[in-house]
Amino acid sequence: MPLRMIVLAKQVPDTKNVTGEVMKPDGTLNRAALAAIFNPEDLNALEMGLELRERYGGEVIVISMGPPRAAEMLEDALCRGADRVILLSDRRFAASDTLATSYTLAQAITRHLSPYHLVLCGRQAIDGDTAQVGPQTADKLGIPQVTFADATPEFDGAKFRIRRDLGRVQEIVEVAPPVLLTVRRSANSPRWPNARLVLKYRRARCAFQIEGEAQRQGKTVDELLASLRDKGLFIETWGAEDIDADLARIGITGSPTKVKKVENVVLKGLDLKLFSPHDAGVRDLVAQLVEERTFG
Amino acid sequence: MTQHSEIWVYAEIEDGKVAGVSLELLGKGRELAQVLGVPLAGVILGHGARSLADVLFAHGADIVYLAEDPRLARYTTLPFARVLTELVREKKPEIVLYGATPLGRDLAPRVASALRAGLTADCTDLQIGSYESGGRLYQRKLLQIRPAWGGNIIATIVSPDVLPQMATVREGVMHVPEPVNGRAGTLIQVPVHLDREPEAVTLIERTTHPRRVDLRSANIIVSGGYGMGSKENFALIEELAALLNGQVGGSRAAVDAGFVHADHQVGQTGTTVRPKLYIACGISGAVQHRAGMEESGKILAINIDPEAPIFGIAHYGIVGDVREVVPRLIKALKGKL
Repeated sequence: MPLRMIVLAKQVPDTKNVTGEVMKPDGTLNRAALAAIFNPEDLNALEMGLELRERYGGEVIVISMGPPRAAEMLEDALCRGADRVILLSDRRFAASDTLATSYTLAQAITRHLSPYHLVLCGRQAIDGDTAQVGPQTADKLGIPQVTFADATPEFDGAKFRIRRDLGRVQEIVEVAPPVLLTVRRSANSPRWPNARLVLKYRRARCAFQIEGEAQRQGKTVDELLASLRDKGLFIETWGAEDIDADLARIGITGSPTKVKKVENVVLKGLDLKLFSPHDAGVRDLVAQLVEERTFG
Repeated sequence: MTQHSEIWVYAEIEDGKVAGVSLELLGKGRELAQVLGVPLAGVILGHGARSLADVLFAHGADIVYLAEDPRLARYTTLPFARVLTELVREKKPEIVLYGATPLGRDLAPRVASALRAGLTADCTDLQIGSYESGGRLYQRKLLQIRPAWGGNIIATIVSPDVLPQMATVREGVMHVPEPVNGRAGTLIQVPVHLDREPEAVTLIERTTHPRRVDLRSANIIVSGGYGMGSKENFALIEELAALLNGQVGGSRAAVDAGFVHADHQVGQTGTTVRPKLYIACGISGAVQHRAGMEESGKILAINIDPEAPIFGIAHYGIVGDVREVVPRLIKALKGKL
């Protein structure tokens, strides 16, 4: 049975790759200078979808809520083999917390992408590390969830058999579709973009890029849109009205949590006492630790 | 008693006992309850779990809500979320806290979504304070403090308008209160309403591995990083730890490289530790690692790179090759201890 799968993806700042260039002189992080990347575990979720499609047939749809720039990440998803991508972008979605985000994602799925078998997302995103959007979206969709999946499930036509890794505990569970899975890094190694697809999709454009592009090409917006759609190069872009969103439940209005304060982490300046790496230095160090009773 | 006037701690059950993180939360919950002048309650969902109520009382709970049903014998998302959501709707606590364990992070977002309440993940501190926005002052709010952006920033989050205020809290960062045996409280049995539908997710197999190491209660931790170079060299860490009656830790890079098992990982995605002495060998001190060990009593860093960030938080340092320095340290200790 072919599977209809929806992957939830997020474009995130590359917080795991903090080089000297993005540090400010005071030792804090220049957040604006971080590269924007495909959230790593969302790539694992996409890979899981692609592997399931290879095994059982079907289609993989990637949706992302974010600024217009997130279209880059969706283009990347197409290059890795996604069948269809959708950008949820609207100024009114800005400053959403996990509750408003999950409402928006669920609303898009319910209005336009049902029925489906699987919703796949990374366990957590590396900017907030909350791991909340997956379970909250499952709740909004009214479907069960299996968190921490760490292998591509088997499907017997009626049920998925899924392995979960909870640290100390490993589980194998069964569940009938539709279900939402959150996927761990250990589940697979995401494939690279396919060269042929890269050539094709480098001309993909989302709604925000159409006007400028039409001007450059000397076409009307409608002409360009029709031609992009024809070639499968138009990245669908949905705003609040397109998904019939309740404006009270999106963006900052729909977010019960607010940020009161953000502090940059600065290295504590301690009085570091250095010892030489040679025998004498090491002996002095041990003597000091013994003397101050640090050993017990 | 007015509504919205209790602090709740969800008591997670691990191997038939109250999980350590839930006891830690009772300690913190007690402090917050004192500040707000409200009772502290523990919530148990389980089957045959009544005896655990006394553990919660001993650790500071004034009230225990006990929901018992055979279908709650083992944690599964939907029944637990349903029972807890219903209980919160009925009793209207002001604050609900969960451990940021795999279970807590599966359950809490589901409950928050159903209640349309705010939830902050993986907090490392909780305080009571005020919040000002749009000319309005909110007082006696739960300040939910957590690292974000890979540990590079610390954010303080509030849920000013919506109750309950909910948070998951990282294991190991708060202290377990000293239990007072025989401390009494009010036990409230909660009726369970679950429909007869079969459970959506069925368990086929479950394997539990005992924790290989208990880093949280260790006095001395010797940790190795990627700078150890190989699994063979990592044996030096084990030898040094054994000599000091300490435990073996590792950085994310050392775990990823296969030098040491993930159970030993110290840091934001591993265990948060605060031993008397933390010896960091060949660990550069990425912010994610520092977040898990910087509250150690004394930190000794050994690293070949004098610019390594670990030296920024260390009390003692040796700039040198760990493969030479650690054997010298072992030799010197054998002479002294």
